[in-house]
Amino acid sequence: MSTPEIIQIRKVSKRYRVKSETLRVLDGLNLAVRQGEFLSIVGASGCGKSTLLRLLVGLERDYEGEIVVKGAPVTGTSLDRGLVFQEHRLFPWLTVEQNVAVALENSSLSPREKRQSVKEHIELVGLGAFAAAYPHQLSGGMAQRAAIARGLANRPSILLLDEPFGALDALTRTRLQNELQQIWQKEKVTMILVTHDVEEAVYLGDRVVVMEPRPGRIRKSFSVDVPHPRDRRDPVLKSINDDVRSEILGADAN
Amino acid sequence: MSALEQAPGVRIRRGLVAPLALLILWELVARFQLANVHIVVPPWRVVQTALVHVADGSIFVDLAASLQRDLEGLVLGALVGVIAGALLGASRLVDRLVGPTFHAAKQVAVFAWIPLMSVWFGTGELAKVVFIALSAFYPVALNTEEGVRSIAREHLEVAKAFRLSRWSTVRTVLLPAAAPSIFAGLRLGLVYSWLGTIGAEYLLAPGRGIGNVMIAGRQRVAMDEVFLGIIVVGLVGFTLDTLAGRLEARALRWRPRST
Repeated sequence: MSTPEIIQIRKVSKRYRVKSETLRVLDGLNLAVRQGEFLSIVGASGCGKSTLLRLLVGLERDYEGEIVVKGAPVTGTSLDRGLVFQEHRLFPWLTVEQNVAVALENSSLSPREKRQSVKEHIELVGLGAFAAAYPHQLSGGMAQRAAIARGLANRPSILLLDEPFGALDALTRTRLQNELQQIWQKEKVTMILVTHDVEEAVYLGDRVVVMEPRPGRIRKSFSVDVPHPRDRRDPVLKSINDDVRSEILGADAN
Repeated sequence: MSALEQAPGVRIRRGLVAPLALLILWELVARFQLANVHIVVPPWRVVQTALVHVADGSIFVDLAASLQRDLEGLVLGALVGVIAGALLGASRLVDRLVGPTFHAAKQVAVFAWIPLMSVWFGTGELAKVVFIALSAFYPVALNTEEGVRSIAREHLEVAKAFRLSRWSTVRTVLLPAAAPSIFAGLRLGLVYSWLGTIGAEYLLAPGRGIGNVMIAGRQRVAMDEVFLGIIVVGLVGFTLDTLAGRLEARALRWRPRST
């Protein structure tokens, strides 16, 4: 049984010129993502994982190679690819409800359907009581939940998350990881998570891809064949954690 | 106790201390003739004069005339100011073409434009309104430019991620993000336009207005009229600014309170 591939990344490279030097942030990357998969991308800072995500979303367009999503090359942003940043990036002048509604502004749904989607997704992340609150009234975790609701409001095929929990404290991070996993199981959206937290990557992902910097390349891919819902104390997870960590440290040693 | 914790009554009472002290000082100076009584007229004389103006309705006509000019000039200057500031802040091309001239001209004291203005617009009502508009223009334009230019790239990326149209981006992201700066500019514009109104009444042809009341008073050395004018100008300015502050607080209620 083979689920169809929804994303194909072929020989993707990206270079920056800094002064007279060329930085190869990504070098000949090849990656395929299956529909409904939860893919984690880990690596130390500077390995190009965030750049890869931004290319996938369509926020950066200058690259070599091919990025194909659902059969069509990526030429810009799309409502079918949702994005959650590390900072919540909610608009401070809009309420939670209005912020989530921004995602739907350009969609072809009727006003009633839009309202419905906003309501559903706010409930999904557990912010029902805070729909009319302004971002400055929310805690970091709540704001990030609102950002996730916003990312999912269009019911995209793919949700991309760029270190979404990096700015939160450890307890909130753990809680949101659990919630994200539940949302993924429920909504069956393909999710791609970029993180530097190995435990997070392994706990959430079906597959963990390790990237190395200078130049940005995929070093190794690990399969996490543990059924959901997962227990963090599972020794299988722990052993994969260790493997991934040594892989990253091995990359550092080079 | 922080300002937020004090009851409004306490704040008002404390705010009135200085004006009351000044009033008492004024009365004492006049009563004990510590200064030329024809110049520093006693407070009660000013009150009498005020009542005369109220009785024959002239103070309301003058006030209405001044306020009308002020409003017309402010609306004109603020509108042009917001548009100019937004263009300068948003478009690098506009900034390169027009920016240097714009920033050089801002150094010219507004009153220095009067001779040119009286040649171009005559000395009637139009010239006054244009002058007032010019007074309001620069604070509004400069603050708007700053507000638009410093919009976080992060917010614009969100707009891009959700494929918002140009117009939608301006409406949903640009204007609200720049709103605090724009409002700061508008409040300054309000102050300067009121100053400009009195200035215009001083320097351009006669007509009705509070400034004209003061000029007429000075010409007749009726200092009670002058003092009346000063007090009215001050009170109106204070009221306008307070109202503007309330409006701003309402429009920007999404901002976190800074304690």
